[in-house]
Amino acid sequence: MKLKKTLFAASAMALVTSTGAFAETITIATVNNGDMIRMQGYTDDFTAKTGHEVEWVTLEENVLRQRVTTDISTKGGQFDIMTIGMYETPIWGANGWLVPLDDLSAEYDVDDILPAMRDGLSHDGTLYAAPFYGESSMVMYRTDLMEKAGLEMPDAPTWEFIREAAAAMDDPENDINGICLRGKAGWGEGGAFITVTGNSFGARWFDEDWNAQFDQPEWKEALTFFVNLMNDYGPQGYATNGFNENLSLFQQGKCGMWIDATVAASFVTNPDESAVADSVGFALAPNKDGVEKRSNWLWAWALAIPAGTQKEGAAKAFIEWATSKDYIELVAANEGWANVPPGARTSLYETAEYQEVPFAKMTLDSIRAADPTNPTVDPVPYVGIQFVAIPEFAGIATEVSQEFSAVYAGQQSVDEALEKAQALTTDAMEAAGY
Amino acid sequence: MARAVTTRRKALNTAIAWAIGLLIFFPILWIIIMSFKSEGDAIKAPLDVLTSAWTFENYGVVQERSNYSRHFFNSVLLAFGSTLLGLIVAVPAAWAMAFVPSKRTKDILLWMLSTKMLPAVGVLYPIYLLFIQLGLLDSRAGLVIVLMLINLPIIVWMLYTYFREIPGEILEAARMDGANLRKEILYVLTPMAIPGMASTVLLNIILAWNEAFWTLNLTAAKAAPLTAFIASYSSPEGLFYAKLSAASVMAIAPILVMGWFSQKQLVRGLTFGAVK
Repeated sequence: MKLKKTLFAASAMALVTSTGAFAETITIATVNNGDMIRMQGYTDDFTAKTGHEVEWVTLEENVLRQRVTTDISTKGGQFDIMTIGMYETPIWGANGWLVPLDDLSAEYDVDDILPAMRDGLSHDGTLYAAPFYGESSMVMYRTDLMEKAGLEMPDAPTWEFIREAAAAMDDPENDINGICLRGKAGWGEGGAFITVTGNSFGARWFDEDWNAQFDQPEWKEALTFFVNLMNDYGPQGYATNGFNENLSLFQQGKCGMWIDATVAASFVTNPDESAVADSVGFALAPNKDGVEKRSNWLWAWALAIPAGTQKEGAAKAFIEWATSKDYIELVAANEGWANVPPGARTSLYETAEYQEVPFAKMTLDSIRAADPTNPTVDPVPYVGIQFVAIPEFAGIATEVSQEFSAVYAGQQSVDEALEKAQALTTDAMEAAGY
Repeated sequence: MARAVTTRRKALNTAIAWAIGLLIFFPILWIIIMSFKSEGDAIKAPLDVLTSAWTFENYGVVQERSNYSRHFFNSVLLAFGSTLLGLIVAVPAAWAMAFVPSKRTKDILLWMLSTKMLPAVGVLYPIYLLFIQLGLLDSRAGLVIVLMLINLPIIVWMLYTYFREIPGEILEAARMDGANLRKEILYVLTPMAIPGMASTVLLNIILAWNEAFWTLNLTAAKAAPLTAFIASYSSPEGLFYAKLSAASVMAIAPILVMGWFSQKQLVRGLTFGAVK
């Protein structure tokens, strides 16, 4: 009896000890976006399944970017998982800063990740971050105003049509702007938008020898078109409007059209937040008539593991849980299909229930229409649609977007801005050794 | 002789002072109002915001989502800890400069102040690397030291100014009565400089409480104070103004209350010398 008790006690101790060694607390740095916050609410499900605990560090996007960049480049080891985007992933993967995600379980089904997302989060064919949610950009428009204007939005409009529709819907007396677009300085704000607008006019940031291309006619045409469109039919002070400002305007019914991230669709169709929820239509981002590239971008918020973490096993378990098919089903079961993280998995778009979500098809079509490895009409030496995946880009593009925002604010001409953009980009690239 | 002020002039001055005060306080007032509105109502035009329904929902959501008490405790510890540590270093330094000045005292004071002119981000990487080497990342002890160092020039300057107002003869008399240096500082100098020291302490607690660059960059989950708590509610994709406002109110309320109750001492200490 005594022996039995001793053996039982020893087994219990061994179990406790082994569980203690296995169960870890991982620290995750993330952004304060709706889907991320929702994920935090389901952490208990992960803990119940694996025994691992999670500490969340939620930060504003720019703060997060600075914080995780500092930490990973100095090997600070503060985080076991970082939420990063398509810009950082290939650069950090090439630097050896991230753990390759090449041994995910068969059950995870890595082949189910949308090809565009997988390509954008890989370096030399190796996946370095798993997409939590993905997005492209598309046209969101007021179906009631479009009908009133006697127009019909095509599934794939041109910029010429967008201008015509903006003119028809513009109604200053009733505080309705024909169109709302980003003009705010910053490479991820107005900089991203004008870059994809440039793509859709046949412009590009660099030629194949890394020479800046702002002195080419395509850029002048794109920037002039944008400025005229917004000056004629955009809101006052659009030079300082970013995603949130335009979201606010659209939700209050002050925009006929808004071209922005597909993730906005769930906000503008939510009757609790949007005054126009029942009259929103969607279309592909426009292009200039005859130009094969559209102005839609591609972005993913993805989960990556910094090299050197002591908790790689637990971190991989979390990534497999958070970006799995099961997680999508968990959210759908509790909060409905319109609230699942979009744009990451092919199987989501094959789900009958999700196909009934009004913006699902256009989101998928927009993501499919984006090709980060071939983003422009003429060939380029870089990967990325609304960005150029080189470390120098964030700094250069922020300065360039500041020059463009000065045009939107009426402080300088298109020619002056392009001349400055060409000069500062050339200087920065030469200094960087390109 | 005080100037004669007419009642009309007095009323006008009061009105102007109130107007300026309200103007300065308005952003905080608006944050408080927004924190009691739904997300949908918070983005409406100002008049519609005021007339829409009031709700406590945002406070409930913030309380449920974040560990407010841990952030609050960290803020208290960092603000009071760094100020106390700063005083321990600054009192002897200010004493030496005020009562035993050398030819270089003014240069040293200027040099100390010049460290405040350096943009913090310029030394982020060196400090970060140092913290990695010393194992101080995301630790309260590390942040107490950094915040103390940041505010030390201000503490020394303020104490130096107050100490200069105290006649050196009083300290000399204490020495003649047999007081050693420790007793001189603790029992003679400190009681005389209490008003000045109180305003120095209050100002530095406020500065340390509001410091957002280092507290965001050197913390993760354990040592993060209320500045990180606010930052976690700012979103680039999504309108969460009401929740952000509720988080802001929860973060600034303690220091606002403290400032309200101690405003008399703070203003007196900042506008008068030690013995005036």
